[in-house]
Amino acid sequence: MQREEIVQIVNQFFVEEFEIDADALKPEAQLVHDLGIESLDFVDIVVIIEKEFGFKVKREEMINVKTLDDMYKYIEERV
Amino acid sequence: MGIYSTIGKNVEAVNNSLYNGISGIGIDPRRKEYGFRSALTGIIERPNLKGLLSRRERIGIPEQGEYAYVATMEALVNANIDLDFLTKNEVGILYGNDSSTIPVIDAIDIVRAKKDTTLIGSGSIFQSMNSTITMNLSVILKLRGINLTISAACASSSHAIGLAYILVSQGFQDIIICGGGQEINAESMGSFDGLSAFSTREDDPTKASRPFDKDRDGLVPSGGAATVIVESLESALKRSANILGEIRGYGFSSNGNHISVPNVEGPRTSLERALKNASLTPRDIDYINAHATSTTTGDINEGKAILDVFGDCNTPISSTKSMTGHEMWMGGTSEIIYSLLMMKNGFIAPNINFNGADDELARLNIIPETREQNIDTILSNSFGFGGTNSTLIVTRFKK
Repeated sequence: MQREEIVQIVNQFFVEEFEIDADALKPEAQLVHDLGIESLDFVDIVVIIEKEFGFKVKREEMINVKTLDDMYKYIEERV
Repeated sequence: MGIYSTIGKNVEAVNNSLYNGISGIGIDPRRKEYGFRSALTGIIERPNLKGLLSRRERIGIPEQGEYAYVATMEALVNANIDLDFLTKNEVGILYGNDSSTIPVIDAIDIVRAKKDTTLIGSGSIFQSMNSTITMNLSVILKLRGINLTISAACASSSHAIGLAYILVSQGFQDIIICGGGQEINAESMGSFDGLSAFSTREDDPTKASRPFDKDRDGLVPSGGAATVIVESLESALKRSANILGEIRGYGFSSNGNHISVPNVEGPRTSLERALKNASLTPRDIDYINAHATSTTTGDINEGKAILDVFGDCNTPISSTKSMTGHEMWMGGTSEIIYSLLMMKNGFIAPNINFNGADDELARLNIIPETREQNIDTILSNSFGFGGTNSTLIVTRFKK
């Protein structure tokens, strides 16, 4: 899967599922501080990643996923 | 007060339906696919809360919580209470709820299919607990007072008001948001349908719920949510709030025998205790909103209890369940709202579909058609599985 496709899918679920303004979805945006993602939201991100990308996320692996760009990379390495 | 029901999505619409004897009952075809004995149900549309609540606020709310949110927001507007007031004053919540079926089923379906609990998502736990309505509304409304769900089967939200009345009159709280929410989905009604308690008059849905009528053949399940604001007189006067009525009495009892078959003694005790608590006599009651659900035994035993206590008072009685169906966890509060609307607007809502009583209840004064009448004092009964009984008496507020 190409990076562009991952970015498109991830951004789409942040807009549609988390109702975040598309303009805020910059690669350097911090998930917690800039996008308002909280601990419970990560539970739903795990569900969405498995559904969209077909691999099992371990919650502890996502500890270093701080920015949107980190998330793109995390998915890219595993998809 | 605020309400979201099968006979109207707000207080004004509900008042219109009550006055005109309009039924909220219809057919849910899915129940036939599931093999139900009866596809009869109250018909209601799910409100769309997108745009009103954030994703995080919405994701933990099940069906009956959506109804409760809409009803509560209407009640708060009518009581002239806004979010700013709620952040500056301690307000509590006591709400009746006794099931939350769909989120439990959905979560277990995922676990069974995927063998992985992390795929359930974050909202399920908050949707599936019995206290779902109080836990969600208390966070959304930033409440800091008592925060408690009352589960007492079909008497849940009558007890909620009764307990709020005690807490407020004892000075523990000035304002408590009170009510009841009831899910209406087919899945939540399957086990009740299995008891053969529901009417099967499917060829004529609006005629199916016929409390006290000698040709009744069972209840019709229904739902929605209803909210009232219980407040101390001092607080209401200080805020110049529109006072809809004064809670004068709360009676309760437990039958202490069968889990589903009601008796006469329990309801009689509840009625007597409410009257005693209100320092009123049966002659002081202008209208009785009966629990009567349209079941054979339940209606007879309630009627006998009323005759035991009220004797020859000839007090007008109707069961609004003839129009709404049985609103269960919601019914205790919704029926207080129906009664308050009658008191406010000078009418008695009809016990529709009533063509004649059982011989034992011939002395009951059932009101089959809308009657213009001034009423100052109402009494409302609510009973539930396990033999839990609750009776509330509300009077017109006089300065």
